[in-house]
Amino acid sequence: MIRRVVAVVLLAGLGMVFAGLFVGYSPDAVLNLTADYYARNTAADTGAANIVTAIIVTYRGLDTLGEVTVLFLTAAVVALVLRRDSSRGNPAAADHRPVGELLQTGTRLLVPLIMLAAAYVFINGHLTPGGGFQGGAIAASAVLLMLLTDPMRRFSHRLISRVESTAGVVYVAIGVLGLALAGGFLDNRILPLGAFGELFSAGAIPVIYSLIGLKVGAEFSSMMANLSETEDT
Amino acid sequence: MMDLALPMSLILAAAMIAAAVMAVHGRSLHIAILAAGSVSLFASVLFLVLAAPDVAMTEAAIGSGLTTFLFFFVLGRVRGGDDD
Repeated sequence: MIRRVVAVVLLAGLGMVFAGLFVGYSPDAVLNLTADYYARNTAADTGAANIVTAIIVTYRGLDTLGEVTVLFLTAAVVALVLRRDSSRGNPAAADHRPVGELLQTGTRLLVPLIMLAAAYVFINGHLTPGGGFQGGAIAASAVLLMLLTDPMRRFSHRLISRVESTAGVVYVAIGVLGLALAGGFLDNRILPLGAFGELFSAGAIPVIYSLIGLKVGAEFSSMMANLSETEDT
Repeated sequence: MMDLALPMSLILAAAMIAAAVMAVHGRSLHIAILAAGSVSLFASVLFLVLAAPDVAMTEAAIGSGLTTFLFFFVLGRVRGGDDD
């Protein structure tokens, strides 16, 4: 009873805070200084048609590197905690009920399409909404679909970690290259900017975002694979 | 567009709340997982209406796709081991 009253009081307080924010809200008539700069100069500075991507990959590229690092650490901790004792062997909990025909056939049809969609999303990150993080998550959902169909399926951890670490190293190397050849760390102008709106444009942005896509996809996939390989015990 | 955005946002917000209530009070775990996934789905459509397609894609891919799959996967694993 008392817990319920406390919960209601807390919810009412939270609602009042939000109501105060909502009543006092008035939309800005003009963009603030930073947003104004981005809106005016992104196309000329970076050659990217999608301003959000330009901000994520170039203007705030260091923050993105930090985000990718956090995700990497998460995947590493998951792998560390769930590390399977290989000495114990895997007696294969083969009592999994077989999955339905619909799921099996659907998976075979859908997985290549989902992978294709993921690659499209992160290669076109500088032109259309989306990019490395979204594409990586879509690719990982394809991996998860495969695991859902066949829980005993094993993925090559070696391949996943190779993809992950190569993408990370090349990403940082491109950043350092920007320091040497262009205006600063993670500057995208080490490659020609190209024609605005073309697939091969915006300098290094498509390269960087594709690497981020591979890295995020590999990290999520390794988490899924680790989760799936834990013992039932 | 502006006069359409407000009613659509309200409808989507109401749908989100309804789905969230269903997720908490749902009869079976499967329905609860699906309802939790549809909260994310409605949220991603709401982001799209509010002109944030990049955030909408992230929400749809991670919130609605990946976590729903993951919950079903874990549910299958929990049912698989009869200990609990």
